[in-house]
Amino acid sequence: MPTTAASEKSTRSVALIGNPNTGKSSLFNALCGLNARVGNYPGVTVEQKVGRLTGSKLSIDVVDLPGTYSLAARSADEAVAVNVLSGELAHQAAPEVAIVILDASNIERNFYLFSQVYELGLPVIAVLNMWDRVEAEGLTVDAEVIAKRLGVPVVCTSANKRKGIDELRRTIEQTLQSPPSKPSSAQLARAQFPEAFHQEAQKLSEWLHANGRKTSLYQVDRLLIDSDGHFQKSLCQSGLHEINTQIEQARERLRVAGCKVPMFETKARYGWIRQLIDGAVTRKETRSASSSDRIDQWLTHRWVGMLAFALIMFMVFQSIWWVAKWPMDGIQWIQGLASGGIEAFLPPGALRSLLVDGVIAGVGGVVLFVPQIAILFFFIAVLEDCGYMARAAFVMDKLMTSVGLSGKSFLPLMSSFACAVPGIMATRTIESRKDRMVTLLIAPLMSCSARIPVYVLMVSAFVPAIKYAGGWISLQGIVLMGMQSIGAIVAIPVAWLLKRFLFPGEPATFLMELHSYKWPSMVVIYQRVWERVVSFVARAGSLIFCTTILVWAACYFPGDHKLLDESVATLEQLQKTQAIAPVSLEQTQIEENQIREEQIEETLGEVNRLRSELIETSFMGMAGHRIEPIVRPLGWDWKIGVAVIASFPAREVIIATLGTIYSLGTGEDEKSQSLQDQMQQAQRPDGRPVFSLATAMSIMVFFALCAQCSATLMTIRRETNSWRWPIFSFVYMTTLAYIGAWLTYQFFESWS
Amino acid sequence: MSPMNMRLDELSPGESATIVEILGNDVIASRLMEMGLIDGEEISMIGRAPMGDPTEFSIRGYRLSLRKTESSRVLVTKGA
Repeated sequence: MPTTAASEKSTRSVALIGNPNTGKSSLFNALCGLNARVGNYPGVTVEQKVGRLTGSKLSIDVVDLPGTYSLAARSADEAVAVNVLSGELAHQAAPEVAIVILDASNIERNFYLFSQVYELGLPVIAVLNMWDRVEAEGLTVDAEVIAKRLGVPVVCTSANKRKGIDELRRTIEQTLQSPPSKPSSAQLARAQFPEAFHQEAQKLSEWLHANGRKTSLYQVDRLLIDSDGHFQKSLCQSGLHEINTQIEQARERLRVAGCKVPMFETKARYGWIRQLIDGAVTRKETRSASSSDRIDQWLTHRWVGMLAFALIMFMVFQSIWWVAKWPMDGIQWIQGLASGGIEAFLPPGALRSLLVDGVIAGVGGVVLFVPQIAILFFFIAVLEDCGYMARAAFVMDKLMTSVGLSGKSFLPLMSSFACAVPGIMATRTIESRKDRMVTLLIAPLMSCSARIPVYVLMVSAFVPAIKYAGGWISLQGIVLMGMQSIGAIVAIPVAWLLKRFLFPGEPATFLMELHSYKWPSMVVIYQRVWERVVSFVARAGSLIFCTTILVWAACYFPGDHKLLDESVATLEQLQKTQAIAPVSLEQTQIEENQIREEQIEETLGEVNRLRSELIETSFMGMAGHRIEPIVRPLGWDWKIGVAVIASFPAREVIIATLGTIYSLGTGEDEKSQSLQDQMQQAQRPDGRPVFSLATAMSIMVFFALCAQCSATLMTIRRETNSWRWPIFSFVYMTTLAYIGAWLTYQFFESWS
Repeated sequence: MSPMNMRLDELSPGESATIVEILGNDVIASRLMEMGLIDGEEISMIGRAPMGDPTEFSIRGYRLSLRKTESSRVLVTKGA
């Protein structure tokens, strides 16, 4: 999918690289607008984002590289950045210019990455972003002096305020049209590496050349410096196993010569930076910096800090839980209106069923998530932009490390208690890939709001309404609470196992920058929310929609709907006549209305019976019968099997499906008395009741742990850019759910 | 280890120290050095998180949060 510069001769390409939290995505959006093409780098789950530079006569692609502190190529993100910049990716030419974005308020540390990019040999532009912070933090930065010393263009921007963007655009065009001369080797930080290292690098480079490998000087440096680095591994994989001994011997010679690997590199680079910024950057302690400290004193305070954290998280959670309810109810109301409209215009039949139960339900099932996503990302954007997000991770880290994650996993997991879809999307705030993947994979285990109707139905129908402690504690309440927490409890060992076996070896570091507090920028917040909503609707939405249509088709075909359609038509005619029938005290009129009322009752019964028959003979019904031997150990019959499979688009669909199967029509909800009665009376062929307490408990445990939510799976697919992870999630969660339900059923069967 | 030396995680809030050495040469050590923790550099402890870990430090004009597993890898000396 990556559209490459090579494919279109006239398209030029530049790359954007920088440390995390330098406002890189704001700058990218400012340069390219909100129309980025998002894909995946071949072979790794690292997102590739390419946009077209707006407001330029040239057509210039901007490649947004993953945020990284170093080009040492130890992690997948770093390796991708190095490979793109050095043009090592298949089907993708190297960018012509590297734009290095630096946090102007933290120049010293940020120039570390710059010093590495500078050595790759590409023309470079240095962007001092967050320029608005410089003064506020008591800094003075002389960009002209830095530009002169470096010999590269330096542009000052405040991407969140859209300042300096035009100048950057011009600088990009200029640099493309007349690239500056390459820096002399004496200008590079590399020049300050010890002599012994230069000799070894020369030797290794010659050895590689003799072995037919073309490697850049930068790659040779990395081979010598990084133990077990990315280049060493890829050379090994390509069959050059002797590289290991070569490197080992070289390192040993360096050690004898007194050159400490890898320390000499960082020392040389920071020494180079000190020379570069000497006199050009000065700092004096100001009020703003200390007022940020004063806020921090409270927000990370032992008690006040915890309380503030709890309050903020409570507010976020309440908002996605309750505030989102109004727009969600609105969406459902519009959905009902649309269905009603179609039913009034179209006669009963396949088309009407497709439109109402397939298309409208599918679109509604996508749009329904938008309020929660928008609200959660509004809060995330505010908290991140003002600087609190890092503090929240700081405050929560100890607790989360006890389950093997980091403080940054807290918010995504908490949000998943309302809905896993925004929760999974929120895992983007986690920089460590390993932590992000583990958080993303356990997020669907948190008990979301869609599970509640299932619990309510089962608990009110099958759990005895026993009360303890003078009516204060009810057994039903205890069961509900147990169901709400079971997923989170199971998630702890799952997280441990995933970390241990799926993502071994990746470093468990948690070095995190804590920026000073500032007012959040409205532009940034708006873009963040907009970007997330569009990305969900456009990418996950289409897949969710397709799943709904597929499940509709499986429930509709191949049965003959002629009788049902006729009955529905009769029913609707009767209902219409009844609605406009004159209300009168005349005996004949009353009798007529009464007869019609009886006819309606009778036809309704017929319609519901036909619906139930049709679902039994549908593909879905056949599948239900087919899987009956598999679900029998869980205490289920084929009807429950059908209802569970049909609930794949969304968990709560199980209730409507059970309503249809039990001939009650499609409009049943979890509080429906008739549905509860029907389920209580339902019998197996041998006369035993279908639903016992054990069966109800087993269904609930299954739903607590299963992945019956296509929206969640499609969001995982979208966020990881791979089918591997949604399939993995589905398999592992269904297995867990099956085992859990089986154990529950066996336990309650032997106990009752 | 000379008596003046201590580990970074042993500093109290408000105290400053000079980095002497980063112990080990694994990924954690490299990361620490890349973030600017290099011998001779001054670092001060700002405060601990409510649950005692991680800890906020100030170095090279910016604020960095380190877990105990990371800060215990840094050897520092007070005063000097």
